[in-house]
Parts: sequence; structure tokens; C-alpha cells
Amino acid sequence: MVSGFIIYKAIMVVVVFLIGLGIAAYSTYAERKVAAFIQDRIGPNNAGPYGLLQPIADGVKMFMKEEIIPDVSNKFLFILGPSLAMLTACMTGAVIPWSSPIVINGVSYPLQITDVNIGILYIFGVVSIGVYGIMIGGWASNNKYSLLGALRASAQMISYEIAMGLSIIALVMTTGTLSLGEIAAQQAGWHWNVLYQPLGFLIFITCAFAECNRTPFDLPECETELVGGYHTEYSSMKLGFYLFAEYVNMFISSAIIATLYFGGYNMPLVGRFVTDPNILSILGVVFMFAKVFFFIFFFMWIRWTIPRFRYDQLMHLGWRIFIPLSILNILLTGLGILVFNK
Amino acid sequence: MTLYIFYFLSFLAILSAFMVVFSKNPVHSVLYLIVTFFAIAGHYILLNAQFLAAVHIIVYAGAIMVLFLYVIMMLNLNKETEPHKSTYLKLAATVSGGIFMVVLIGSLKGVEKIENLNAANQSAGLIKNLGHVLYNDYMLPFEMASILFLTAMVGAVLLGKNELK
Repeated sequence: MVSGFIIYKAIMVVVVFLIGLGIAAYSTYAERKVAAFIQDRIGPNNAGPYGLLQPIADGVKMFMKEEIIPDVSNKFLFILGPSLAMLTACMTGAVIPWSSPIVINGVSYPLQITDVNIGILYIFGVVSIGVYGIMIGGWASNNKYSLLGALRASAQMISYEIAMGLSIIALVMTTGTLSLGEIAAQQAGWHWNVLYQPLGFLIFITCAFAECNRTPFDLPECETELVGGYHTEYSSMKLGFYLFAEYVNMFISSAIIATLYFGGYNMPLVGRFVTDPNILSILGVVFMFAKVFFFIFFFMWIRWTIPRFRYDQLMHLGWRIFIPLSILNILLTGLGILVFNK
Repeated sequence: MTLYIFYFLSFLAILSAFMVVFSKNPVHSVLYLIVTFFAIAGHYILLNAQFLAAVHIIVYAGAIMVLFLYVIMMLNLNKETEPHKSTYLKLAATVSGGIFMVVLIGSLKGVEKIENLNAANQSAGLIKNLGHVLYNDYMLPFEMASILFLTAMVGAVLLGKNELK
């Protein structure tokens, strides 16, 4: 029984890992296609049918490039930087519930790697460690532009983490649990959290954009001011890891947004037509990924629509607007709980 | 199994704590300190105190150490800029550090006599029980601590202001 449990968990880990990497790889392709569509171009179309092999070509290109480690930098930390960025990007997927449990021969298999009772805090811990990948990489490059880029990126991430945490506190007040599995299960039917926490959702998604360093918050990369930002000195697959981690982060944030605010694997009215739990579970995976893909598209849509902020505007927005707003959101949530006695 | 994990984590914590002191480069010291915090968080998980472990990582490794690293990177400390302290100061630091160690050893001497208070309750460290205890039994100290934090925050903001009107 114990070995069966370990095999099942190992399969879950490998599948989630591979799906995460696969979706991140094809997000790079999707990003180019979406950008091309918005700018009335065709986008990548040479590698394979409709350019579908483009991510593989990019990956091969990254591997084949010459690898340069600057002489003056600290080699161990220089390599640790992108590794940490990739590691923390992949770790968060462990607590996301992908669907309701599948029952085989009377044994229930939850489609979630682990449902720890502090799921949200776990995500927060991993996100807060994610800053180190950028900071260590930027510092170990021994380059002023890299250091400035790293400081900029980490300052941005720390600032927006606070507002993100405060917006989640309001969510936890309404759900009454920190476990992501329970939060997703609570939202069956029409009880999506976005309906109870619209302001919190807006704050959360904006902070998610800032945490992923996506436009309009992609200040760490700025050719005219900082050359390449924190990855100026990186080449080959180490650069690839930094860039790829952004896409993995985007996938994971989309999954978290879908789970926390948009019902996760739940879809209204489906329970009336389908009663078999296994079919419901498979449908749940489909709905979950549909929501995730929508949010990945949303990330790209914003990127090619809205121009970026200036750095002082970014800080102003984070500290003077979002933090007071999220505290107001907590107060309003408390008032709502008191009045409606939910 | 748990025992081996305990030994490994303790070894890691003590080793990296020593490395914090012995590293020449302040940035390396900070990174070793982060490793120490992770080892201690591992101990919390062994004790089934998951909430404490997560908060420990978020607050210490995720927030405070990032700010440490931030400041040290900005200062760009190296051997040329390192201030040389006088011999008396070094001597005084060694003596006071030694006295502190004696105090620590003295306080640890009676530890074997302490019994495990919650041996039967394995889930004492889980967030639900922690919340019940904090908001029922220790309501007043908890609120006092939060007021203390609020005061410290207001103080920090006031100190951070350039000029008071």
C-alpha cells in the first residue's frame, strides 16, 4: 500500500512537472502568435506546420550557444541564480488541485500532489524565495547593470508581495481555510470567490503581473537604461532558464488565480448533466485548464496592449494605492462577514 | 527515518551557522544564514508545526534576509573598505561572546527534565489549533504583541521621513 502511494505520488509529480514545462514552452510560441495577431502579422510559421516546432528550435538554439561564465564572478553563485529561479518556479505546482478525486477500485486518488493545510502560505513562501534567484544572479555577475537590474526586480517583487498577501488575507477571511483543495471544493456551483472578492481579485491579479515581471511591470528589463537587466551576463541555457522561469511562473500564477478566484475545476450546471464522479473529474481537468489557458492569454493580451509604467509610477502604485486598497478590502470583508453573518 | 532527518538538519543548521561567522564575504554570510533558517524550518516541520515553518520561511528567509542582502549588495563591502577594529574591542567582543555562551549552556542544562507537554496531541502545531489557542487562551498577549508591532511600524515610518512638518 505504501509503495503504491509513493508510485502514485511520483506519477503525479512527474505529470504536473512535464505539463508545466510543456505549457510554458508552448506559451512562448503562443506569445509570439498572440503578439502577431494583435499587431496584424503572421508570427512564427517556418518550423513545422504553423510554426509548431518553434519552441523546440528555440530550446536547441539555447543549448547550442556558447556558454560564458565571467572570470571575475563567483562561479557557484552565478550558476545557482538561474537554477533557483527555475526551481522556485516549478515548486509551486505541488499544492494546486487540478481536479476532484478520481475513484479507481474504491480507492480515491486526489488529482493534487499534496493538500497541505497551509497551501496558500506554502505558495507565499516559495514566491518570497523566488526573489533570491534574481538577486544572487544579478550580484554574482559582478556587473553594475546586472546589480541594478537585480535590485530593481527584487524591490518590485517585495513591494507587490505585501499587497498580494493582504489581498489573500481577505480571501482567507471568507473561505476560512488555507488549504487550496478545500478552497477549490468550496466554490462548487456559482460560489466563485471572484463574486465575493472582486476588489481582492483585481489587486491579486495586478500583483501577479508584477511578481512575474510581466508588462506593464517588466521594468527589470530595459535596454536603454540597464542593458539586459539582471541577466546581462548570462548566455546559453542559463539565460534560457531565466526567460523560461517567467513562463512557468505565468502558468502557475494563472493556475493559482483560477483556483483561488474562479472556482478551480468547478463549472456551474455541469453537475446536473453528469453524475459519474470519474467523468466529472476528467471534465474538471478540462475546465481547470480552460481557465488556466484563458489567464495565460490574458497575460499576453495585456502585454501587447498596455505600455509599461515608469519606475516611480510603479512604486507609487504599489505602496500608495494597492496597499491601502487591500487594507480597505480587508475592512470591507470583515464588515460583510459581520453584517451577513456568513 | 525522522531521527536521521533530525541529525542531518541539525548538522546543516550548525554548519551553516558557523559559516555565517567565518565567511569573509558578507553576501556569503547572508546566504549561509538563509540556509540556517531553512534547516530550522525543517525542524519545525519535523515537530508537525507546519504553520510556524511556513511563516518562518516567509518572514525570515523571504522578507528580512532579502532586505539584508539588499543593503549589503548596495554597500558593496570588500576587504579594502572593511574597518579595522582595535584590539581592545576584539578582546571585549570575545569575552562577552564567551559569557553569553556560558549563559546559553547553563540554560540548556535543565532541558532533559522538561517533559513533552503535548505528546498525545500530534496536531498541536496545525493552523486550526494554533488559531484556537491564540484567540481563546492567549488573546490579550497576542493583541498586545500586535499593538507593539504597529507601534514599531509607525516609528519606522516616522524615522524614514526626511523632514517632519
